[in-house]
Amino acid sequence: MSEPQSQRTVLLVDDDDDFLFQHRLHLETAGFNVLVAHGQKEAEVFLARQRPDLAVIDVMMENPDAGFTLCHRIRKQDASIPVILVTSVNSETGLDFALSTDEQRSWIKADSLLTKPIRFEQLQREIDRVFSRAAVKA
Amino acid sequence: MHTLRVLVTDDEMGMRLGVTRTLRDFSVCVPDVNGAVAFAVDQAESGEEALGKIDRSPPDILLLDHKMPGISGLEVLDHLAGRETDMLTIMITAYASIETAVAATKRGAYDFLAKPFTPDELKSTIRKAAARLILAKQARQLTEEKRRVRFEFIRVLGHELKAPLNAVAGYLDILRDHQLGDDLAAYEELVARSLARMDGMRKLIADLLDLTQIESGQKNRELTKVDLAAAAASAIEAVAAQGAARAVTLQLHSAGPLVISADVREIEIIFNNLLTNAIKYNRDGGRVDVALQRAGEQAAIVVSDTGIGMKGEELKQLFGEFVRIRNEKTHHIPGSGLGLSIVKKLALLYGGDVAVESRPDAGSTFTVTLDAEV
Repeated sequence: MSEPQSQRTVLLVDDDDDFLFQHRLHLETAGFNVLVAHGQKEAEVFLARQRPDLAVIDVMMENPDAGFTLCHRIRKQDASIPVILVTSVNSETGLDFALSTDEQRSWIKADSLLTKPIRFEQLQREIDRVFSRAAVKA
Repeated sequence: MHTLRVLVTDDEMGMRLGVTRTLRDFSVCVPDVNGAVAFAVDQAESGEEALGKIDRSPPDILLLDHKMPGISGLEVLDHLAGRETDMLTIMITAYASIETAVAATKRGAYDFLAKPFTPDELKSTIRKAAARLILAKQARQLTEEKRRVRFEFIRVLGHELKAPLNAVAGYLDILRDHQLGDDLAAYEELVARSLARMDGMRKLIADLLDLTQIESGQKNRELTKVDLAAAAASAIEAVAAQGAARAVTLQLHSAGPLVISADVREIEIIFNNLLTNAIKYNRDGGRVDVALQRAGEQAAIVVSDTGIGMKGEELKQLFGEFVRIRNEKTHHIPGSGLGLSIVKKLALLYGGDVAVESRPDAGSTFTVTLDAEV
């Protein structure tokens, strides 16, 4: 661990107020500083002012692919910010993608993709993983 | 242009060439199809050769001679029996006997041509077969499209039903693990939020039942004389508490009774959806005006609000199923995404439609027209 988690800011983006409420609670309990945004546009306003250490983004918001678009923008702005995408769109609901290879990660432009419902332990594990991967790259 | 493939199978070369020549520049117009239908002709000089070609790539129309040196036309049909194909077979026979006709029909032949036949007779038989093929193809495309739309609906419905369950499960996790410590009051918000999500789910299921009933052929419709002014007044009363909670004033503008022939429950659904939307998407302290008008053969329900309004591109998709305008102004407003699609379906049922005019941050006006016959 390069720096203590209490210093780290997570940008949490989802149009579901309850998802934001619950995961903000979890993340704050885990010692993160949390910024919440209800959609792509609101997130972009934050990003213009501040650089989060991590972004956790829902895929379907204003548009069915708003999360992908936002992810792409973050990549263009600062490729070193790790991004975790969260979606309830999975094989059961018609769309299936994985981020198991570097090629898929570079195509979707995210470091990780989680399928809702997600338990906080799962998100915490994924956060640890993308931070350690980012640390290796750096 | 659509092209149908024809395979002419005859041991007489003259017959094969004659058919090819006749159909080369022939095209037919089929009702409901854009453009003409043309034909590409291939040939086989024996039943065996025809079966080989059909195996590799079945034509749309098989012109099949009955009497050939190797296997006969009827035997070809026997070989083809039981295959899943749209191919139509037209038997060519020199002996237009009833027996041959019956035997071929039993084996799946679609039509007959008695030798000798004129080019016009050939064309007329081919025209009939082409129309049947094209219409069958269209019917199948329509069925597939319906199935696809249904699947998409259920897919999104699954998504919409899972979201509140996930939210409630998340709150229960927090409660179970006592994540907010020992202060019981801190848990009240979690319970209130959970109940709100369950309310939303209940509304979604109610809307879904309304939608299903409208689509199912309206078995329970009961048309009576309905006074829209009275219906509007009672709908306003029904949402009064909801309006008061946000200090939204609701007012009815009507010049007396406006009676149409309708199912009273359906009119209630229309008013309820328009009014709850007008309150939900309003500003605190805003207004909702309900006007009733008669324009010739039609009655119009006009509901205006002073709310957040919508942009042009948002308006285009508004009446689709599960369409909700998602942005920072609407994320906290609950809704099933079905209300306006229900209003639209009902309006169409009454020979009318629904239209919307809107300006961001100024408000929206929904106009539902209905046939006013009594």
